[in-house]
Amino acid sequence: MTEVRHDVRLRVNGVERSAAAPARRLLSDFLRHDLRLTGTHVGCEHGVCGACTVLVDGRPMRSCLLFAVSVDGAEITTVEGCRSGDGGLGPVQQAFLECHGLQCGFCTPGFITTITAYLAEHPDPTEEEAREAIGGNLCRCTGYVNIVASVLRAAELIRSGGRPA
Amino acid sequence: MTTKLFGEPIPRREDPRLVSGAGRYLDDLGPDALAVAFVRSPHAHARIIDIDVTDALDVDGLVAIYTYEDLAGRVAEPLPVLIPHPALHAPRTAHPLANGVVRHVGEAVAMVVATDRYVAEDVCDRIRVGYRPLPAVVGIDAACAATHRVHEDVPDNTAARLVQEVGDAPAAIAAAPYRLELELEIERSASMPMEGRGVYARWDAADRSLRVYSSTQTSTSLRFALATKLELPVDRVEVVTPDVGGGFGVKIVHPWPEEVLVPWAAIRLGRELRWTEDRREHFVASAHERGQRHRVRVGFDADGRLRGLDVTFWHDNGAYTPYGIIVPVITATQLLGPYRPGAYRVEFASLYTNTVQVTPYRGAGRPQGVYAMERTMDAIAQQLGIDRATVRERNFIQPEQMPYDHGMIFQDGRPLIYDSGDYPAAMAMLKELVGWDDFAAYRERARAAGRRVGIGLACYVEGTGVGPYEGAHVRVETTGQVVVATGLTSQGQGHETVFAQVAADALGVPIDDVTVVTGDTRRFKYAVGTFASRAAVMSGSAVALAAGKVRDKAVRIAAEALEADPGDLEIVDGAVQVKGDPAARIALGTVAALANPLRYSFDAQTALATQFAKAARVDRPPVADDDEPGLEATDYYSPIRSTFAYGMHAAIVETDPETADIRVLRYCVVHDCGNLINPRIVAGQVHGGVAQGIGGALYERLAYDRDGQLLNASFMDFLMPYASEVPAIEIAHLQTPSPLNPLGVKGAGEAGVIPGSAVLASAIEDAEGFRISRMPISPSELWELRQRHATGASPADRDPADRDPVDREGS
Amino acid sequence: MKPASFVYHRPTDLGDALAALAEVGHDGKVLAGGQSLVPVLTMRLAAPGHLVDINRLAELRHVTVTGDAVRVGALARHTDLERDEPAYAVLPLLRRATAHVAHRTIRNRGTTVGSLVHADPAAELPAVLAVLAGEVELVRAGGGRRLVPAGEFFLGPLESAVRPGELAVSATFPVPPAGTGSAWLELSRRRGDYALVGVGVLVTLDAEQRVTRVRAGYVSVGPTPIVLDLTDAVAGQRYDEAAWAAAGALAATLVHPEEDIHATAAYRRHLVAVLTSRAAQRAGADAAGTGAGTEGAE
Repeated sequence: MTEVRHDVRLRVNGVERSAAAPARRLLSDFLRHDLRLTGTHVGCEHGVCGACTVLVDGRPMRSCLLFAVSVDGAEITTVEGCRSGDGGLGPVQQAFLECHGLQCGFCTPGFITTITAYLAEHPDPTEEEAREAIGGNLCRCTGYVNIVASVLRAAELIRSGGRPA
Repeated sequence: MTTKLFGEPIPRREDPRLVSGAGRYLDDLGPDALAVAFVRSPHAHARIIDIDVTDALDVDGLVAIYTYEDLAGRVAEPLPVLIPHPALHAPRTAHPLANGVVRHVGEAVAMVVATDRYVAEDVCDRIRVGYRPLPAVVGIDAACAATHRVHEDVPDNTAARLVQEVGDAPAAIAAAPYRLELELEIERSASMPMEGRGVYARWDAADRSLRVYSSTQTSTSLRFALATKLELPVDRVEVVTPDVGGGFGVKIVHPWPEEVLVPWAAIRLGRELRWTEDRREHFVASAHERGQRHRVRVGFDADGRLRGLDVTFWHDNGAYTPYGIIVPVITATQLLGPYRPGAYRVEFASLYTNTVQVTPYRGAGRPQGVYAMERTMDAIAQQLGIDRATVRERNFIQPEQMPYDHGMIFQDGRPLIYDSGDYPAAMAMLKELVGWDDFAAYRERARAAGRRVGIGLACYVEGTGVGPYEGAHVRVETTGQVVVATGLTSQGQGHETVFAQVAADALGVPIDDVTVVTGDTRRFKYAVGTFASRAAVMSGSAVALAAGKVRDKAVRIAAEALEADPGDLEIVDGAVQVKGDPAARIALGTVAALANPLRYSFDAQTALATQFAKAARVDRPPVADDDEPGLEATDYYSPIRSTFAYGMHAAIVETDPETADIRVLRYCVVHDCGNLINPRIVAGQVHGGVAQGIGGALYERLAYDRDGQLLNASFMDFLMPYASEVPAIEIAHLQTPSPLNPLGVKGAGEAGVIPGSAVLASAIEDAEGFRISRMPISPSELWELRQRHATGASPADRDPADRDPVDREGS
Repeated sequence: MKPASFVYHRPTDLGDALAALAEVGHDGKVLAGGQSLVPVLTMRLAAPGHLVDINRLAELRHVTVTGDAVRVGALARHTDLERDEPAYAVLPLLRRATAHVAHRTIRNRGTTVGSLVHADPAAELPAVLAVLAGEVELVRAGGGRRLVPAGEFFLGPLESAVRPGELAVSATFPVPPAGTGSAWLELSRRRGDYALVGVGVLVTLDAEQRVTRVRAGYVSVGPTPIVLDLTDAVAGQRYDEAAWAAAGALAATLVHPEEDIHATAAYRRHLVAVLTSRAAQRAGADAAGTGAGTEGAE
């Protein structure tokens, strides 16, 4: 009994990508194992931890709660796509580095995608709003203190044109 | 001048790859490897009647199915008892696959290899295992009652009993003017790193060599364990630790069943195999910690000074004891905190239950001990009507009493001697930071507004940097690049950064010229592992020592080349130069070339070291008897005993008078881990620890039902804090250097988590006005306590006489 | 944790979707947002033979405000409803409750109608539909269509009235009578978790700002969303003087919550009293136009 495979085409980080995969292939696995974009991490596979968060047509979603086939044709942004235009670190990535917003780094991709989408809509959050913005992502290392700082710093970097001040 | 890096909060060198998705974690490796999944027991205790794979055999993509029957030789034996202890009279460990009996839900019964994980799980679903359920032993009461046994040959379910005594505590308590007895309990939690465990194995049949990647806290020890288990020469086995998504203790256990089985099957099949633990497996098949019950008897004087302390506790070690009794041994010794206890007696029983095994989780038995001691301090203060901080201050070991010998044996088998610390100064800082003396006024203002608030505090001492040793290798390449290798692993602590800081300072090179490799047995073969807040102390010191040797050698070689006195030389910015004459200098890369006398050159730099390059001294061999080629050195640091960090936390909580919802308004930390190598990283460690402490105090528990089913094996119901549950954390540092190591550092990794339950119990008790003796506490439980106290149905301390399992043999 | 295999159907219009559902019958499940369904599949707690993916049915992605109701199509995401200004203007309870559904990333994909069909008694939207006495529109191949009122829609935990072959194409949330204010309150362990207890309250005032009606819908206190009429406790009282605690006390006598690992039954009953009284007070103020019905967590 061979499983039917479906052609899945996605625009990932601006690049057309496609692969054939069974319908049950989770988007997280499709990105990681079929497209070999291993920056997206899988922490719980039941939609709670947020490590696998990617942007689907601009909105953050849990890639472990989506079947790749179901988002065929979508525009996907992963942590690999959160770089700056010149290929250097993007503002959220830069902020995490400056603020020690990560330790083991496993949850970090989900935070970076989530914060990237959030700041696009809320360019100047307060500290409380920054905390709220990351409220759906689990981190076991940092106690969130420096992630909140990273959100604020990233907002600052974006407002100043992405350049470290 | 080279900027001094020790003590600088420089950004981490691992971060550019980790923030951009270029990290390499276990599941990122071996994209073409076969996938492994396990059939796991749904029963807490059962005999396996038969295993029928018939339905599974026609699944497309199946490669192999293994059960215990397929194992042979040392792989078929029980897993090792990693840390034997004389008091561990009945150690028991699991087989890699269950051998006829399963003893907890989640124990591996069959192993499946398939083309991908989806298919492997399809196969698992089709394997029919017949079980005959046996009665499950769940919880300390059931273990003590011993109506049923976890291991047939351990009739009292007791793995270990240990008594340590200093003086005659019962007599001192009997003679004390005041006495108290408390019964205290802490429930289970777990390390719960965001990345689970994982193993990826490659067998090179032609070379007869094995390479194993594991998300482990010890690659070197895993290597030796695998060589033993798989009966391979050690030099045919290499273990590499890739980026690791958090450990917090659970990944120090080794070899896990999966760590043995995946390489074993890779050899058998001649294929690459990878197993990535999923979250459900991590809940039921790795390890938990914390579950203990304490009975504390204490005698004290009218000032609140301890005369005697007698603690009996029961430790639930789950189904197996692969990590020995380290956790309760730490509890028994670290319970003492910064205090002089008078006479002290501690006794514990470590008990088998049909639940996941218990091994260290960050803090490793300290949170329970600190909870017991700090609850006792609060009870003494309350009984005497003395300020809680004052009672603690009166019992502190004073700075002039350092080093302070408790007269006990610590977890490393060495004397429990505190090396340094200034506890009164730390308490003064904490009171200032949190506004201890102004809190009464704050409480009154809150009360007037209909709000209920409380303040709590807790102190701890943490033995860090346990031996036996760590080592480091430092090599300067002819390019001037410095490569540092140390055997212990990293799970996010920033070792690539802090060890580079240490090496750059010791060698006088820019940090950008330094690369650090950790946890790769191809690069460094002797190490112990990353646990017990030991990396900075142990490997940090070893790096400093090895780099010092390299520096001395560089200076010696350069002195010859520059025809200068070695005493007149210094290394600045990657070059050896004459002090006061920067023009007379030679780059370290050149020194490295000169350090390796060559017959063959391959670039201009190495040409300097060839035999006709300079006026060679023919009166001695090119490499002296006491020398070696290359500008490199290895050294080891092995401490006489542990170094003791400490800290004090205070928290202000608000409890809703109606809903009993609990909110942490402020959380303050005073922390002393000696000299800080990188203050930003230390603060990060404290932050993360505090969040886990809050989790353990208010949210996390592992809820087993009476049949041994784990009811909350998901992130939906095992409640690790989100950002919304963790307040801003305020930290003040004291720096009392350790006299025991060359850097004067103490460990910092576990500190933040240790007093969490103690400080929050103290604060909630202060807000509510009744004793809190079970943690964690939820709003529902707090509300139920309020009801009982409102009706007077609950005395502060229950009479523990009705269950006294440690004494029961004599009764 | 990987789902079992299934046959995947991706219809592009409603007719095809209904045909597919008719074909697969009992062995099929609808995939809309999938935020509740996918974890169930991943844990292999269910393994339907067929999934009918309705995400291409753009015609179902709508939030429509008519004079007396808000109609939500089967493909409207929680975020769509939450951010819909016309819907908020006529029925602010929808936004107030939806804001408590998990976290933003889940709301970006999960659908309002899917949450109703999933019929989790711990979820917000079923209680909202119930307290507003809304209805769900079910259609099947061959032109079959029925409107099921909320009171008949939720049959038990994770069990709704949707039959094999049927698709829930929309839900209608009626706008309550003029003079009605609303509030949503819940207490959860962590922000974004399922509520230990949640309550949506509607308070209707007359021209003298006296209470004429109090209606409350509850989360996590029974096998289905519970709706209580609490009018008797405070009828005729001015909203700013009303004995709202009496409404809470009455509610507590009418519910029969159960214990789980997070809360005892008695505590849940107590929360029903406290949260009802607080929410009713806010809903009363909301009705009087003097205060927001709260968007915040309790």
